[in-house]
Amino acid sequence: MRQTFRNLILISVFFFSFQSVIHARNGQVIKVLSFDEFEPMLYLETDSVYVVNFWATWCAPCVREIPAFEKLNEVYESKKVKVLLVSLDFPNQLESRVIPFVSDMNVQSEVILLDERNPNRWIPLVSEEWTGAIPATVIYSKDFRGFYQREFHFEELEALIQQLIN
Amino acid sequence: MKRVSIFLSILFLAAASFAQGYKVGDVATDFRLLNVDGKYISMADYPDAKGFVVIFSCNHCPFVVAYEDRMIELHNEFAPKGFPVIAINPNDPEVQPQDSYELMQVRAKEKGFPFAYVFDDGQKIYPKYGATHTPHVYLLERVGTDLKVAYIGGIDDSPRDASQVSERYLANAIHALMAGKTPEPSVTRAIGCTIKVKSE
Repeated sequence: MRQTFRNLILISVFFFSFQSVIHARNGQVIKVLSFDEFEPMLYLETDSVYVVNFWATWCAPCVREIPAFEKLNEVYESKKVKVLLVSLDFPNQLESRVIPFVSDMNVQSEVILLDERNPNRWIPLVSEEWTGAIPATVIYSKDFRGFYQREFHFEELEALIQQLIN
Repeated sequence: MKRVSIFLSILFLAAASFAQGYKVGDVATDFRLLNVDGKYISMADYPDAKGFVVIFSCNHCPFVVAYEDRMIELHNEFAPKGFPVIAINPNDPEVQPQDSYELMQVRAKEKGFPFAYVFDDGQKIYPKYGATHTPHVYLLERVGTDLKVAYIGGIDDSPRDASQVSERYLANAIHALMAGKTPEPSVTRAIGCTIKVKSE
């Protein structure tokens, strides 16, 4: 009983620790997370391959490659590939820019918005190689971790993923 | 296993390929670039400068826009002390039309930039520095006839909101140089817009 109670508390702490949860028109739920809340998503130890892309609605090359990530998420879902799109839009533009973008593009991959004041603290925690330019992408699994400060085409992503799931 | 390691090394090479350009301590190149006032300028044109705050910048990037007022303040604070700001737009306007030379002139006038805002026409300078995004700062110190890179990175610890700044990395680095010390930290990171080039 005590155990169940503790689990319930843990679960509610987990859910209520998100600063906010906003729904886009297509049903997508966008969580606003601090870096400390987000960081575990860079180190999940499952049998999936995770593709974590940092983007923003105002970043033209980022927006250009979103369909490639979306396609990857769709085509490789059954092969345990999971795409996470981490928006670096300003939090005050969540409702004016991010939600409309996700709704209009009907984005299916999970989207979160990272709300952090000091990039110099968290950028090196994502990758020491990252100078701060976006788009940037982390691809990882249990036994692989790669960081890419560049724009991807679908074929390039697919080639990488093929190596990791085979 | 062998296949994996070959694959990994290919990935590593691909990942490392962008990490070129200057490191702290390297000697930086001068340039001759067109300023928004219609004149070409070089760092050699500032014989009294003790160094330069070279900021790769542009018109379109929201992170640059968030910093424009702070760039003006930095110039007004440190140019009289021998460290003027020079902003360089490294973007290809054919890729990012908002970053054309003409629109640089418009933006400089709107904001009343007190510093030089020059155009890296042909994109020859930014690769030498190794700039990857805007805003991306290179603080240079004049040592004899050389310009040495003393600090690389961001301006402060609160890009989105000037009122929340608690550490002015760049200003602190300039103060360190003025006191004859080495900036600490000498490298910081900040999110910015990728420098816009035509895709191959």
